[in-house]
Amino acid sequence: MESILQFFFSNKEAIFIIALTIFLGLEVISNVPSVLHTPLMSGANAISGVIIIGGIILVGHADLENITEGSNLLNLVLGIFALLFGTLNVIGGFVVTDRMLEMFKKKKK
Amino acid sequence: MDSLNITNGDIILEFIYLLAALLFVVGLKLLSSPESARRGNMWAGAGMIMAMIATMVLHRDGVGNTIKGGNLVIILGAIALGGVIGGVIARKIKMTAMPQLVSFFNATGGAASALVALIEFSNPDNQSILVTLLGLVIGSIAFSGSMIAYGKLNGNIKDIFSKWMTYINLLILAGVVLIVVLLLTSGMPAESKQILVYVLLAVSLVYGVSFVMPIGGADMPVVISLLNSFTGIAAAMAGFIYQNQAMILGGIFVGAAGTILTLLMCKAMNRSLINVIIGSFGGGGTAADREKGIVKEVSATDAAVMLNYSKKVVIVPGYGLAVAQAQHICSEMDELLEANGVEVKYAIHPVAGRMPGHMNVLLAEADVPYEKLVEMDEINPDMPKTDVVVVIGANDVVNPAALDDPSSPIYGMPIIMVHEAKNVIIMKRGMGKGYAAIENYLFYADNTRMLFGHAKDSLQKLVTEIKAL
Repeated sequence: MESILQFFFSNKEAIFIIALTIFLGLEVISNVPSVLHTPLMSGANAISGVIIIGGIILVGHADLENITEGSNLLNLVLGIFALLFGTLNVIGGFVVTDRMLEMFKKKKK
Repeated sequence: MDSLNITNGDIILEFIYLLAALLFVVGLKLLSSPESARRGNMWAGAGMIMAMIATMVLHRDGVGNTIKGGNLVIILGAIALGGVIGGVIARKIKMTAMPQLVSFFNATGGAASALVALIEFSNPDNQSILVTLLGLVIGSIAFSGSMIAYGKLNGNIKDIFSKWMTYINLLILAGVVLIVVLLLTSGMPAESKQILVYVLLAVSLVYGVSFVMPIGGADMPVVISLLNSFTGIAAAMAGFIYQNQAMILGGIFVGAAGTILTLLMCKAMNRSLINVIIGSFGGGGTAADREKGIVKEVSATDAAVMLNYSKKVVIVPGYGLAVAQAQHICSEMDELLEANGVEVKYAIHPVAGRMPGHMNVLLAEADVPYEKLVEMDEINPDMPKTDVVVVIGANDVVNPAALDDPSSPIYGMPIIMVHEAKNVIIMKRGMGKGYAAIENYLFYADNTRMLFGHAKDSLQKLVTEIKAL
């Protein structure tokens, strides 16, 4: 409990932003025709691949010179996998969303 | 980083993160309207690429070092490999397999979050153990849950449902909470904590499996959307570890948007989210006291004549059309009829296909003009004026039990009112029940004719017959 309260206080700005972001997320999506649910889900899914930035930070600051020490190597390998999976999510997600939407466009002339 | 001097690079990086977060919001906003959807997707993608490049060039660790050349090579290599694989899969996959693909990509995002959290847990500088554990748990659940959803949509995994599952799930969830609390509060040595974290990872993965397992295949879109918001939240949790605004904002935003999208999908099926998760769907349908009447078959020749001499024809496509890969031949029949002066429209139920909007994508792929696809609410008033309705591979979305049978599991779900049309032709492989496994009295109605057979073969016969007329 104490750690939760402490967490709240030390992150209060972030928590304010989050509360507003949640509201924003709800508002932006509220009036969507059901036709677009699938592309929208797919597009949102691609955005959740933002975890890739975490992967970049992890692998980016991995200590390559002392790679054999402790769990450095294991962490690097896991980090590379995180990057790989993250990229799959981001690139695959955006490409597949675009492919779906391309079809809506085509016959619309 | 607070103890270090802030450089121009730091400021630019934060500024780019802000811009990326705004592009995510604008992108998703544009994605929610048909005209601007494609642009929206590109804006969001641009935001992501900007944030990625800026991180590679400008990000500094706790002691102020930027990313070194050797590390950058590894990063670019991993991104190139992932990008090529992801891009090729996304380009090559069949449109019918779209829902499972989205599920698969969601699984990879969850896995990435879980891995980042797992590595960061062992980092002694990491002060945010609570969010790290939450990221690990939520990411793992999103991963294993999405993989099960993928398997179900792909037909590799069958539904397993028993009342026990609900209790088992609660038990596993309690186990997850217990381990998290233990890791946060107990003063055990670091080695034991490291082992316990692996246990937590395993239990979370098991929970993802047991959470999705009892949910019916027809409800998978709802589940994927829910798991998608999990992935967003997991990414945001990892964002807390790095105090990274782009990750926090992007993740939370997707979490919120995914949640509301989940609820919208539930609404389209007239079900509550709880109802979907507990999985009380399927079977049931106790209204056995109704008169069944007689099933009347129609030959392809007669059906062709009926269609060809109609003024107004409405086609109701369902997932059966998609699995039979019959959308192209269906479009061919439509063109033939139009050439003979018949007005042809498609009635699209909000949950037709395996995902909302899936059917539109499939028909668009078969070059059916956008204007011909009419949403349920718009087409229903025209039904009494329609000469023939052709139902292809759809069942529950045209079941009148949803209107007048309170004991039916789909009671209250909005349906396409095909029973009001003058004639109904139902293309079906046999008398089997639909995905929801409910008896459909439409099949026995006076104005209904059944055309049995594989959707593609039946349509092919119809096309041949219409040509011969």
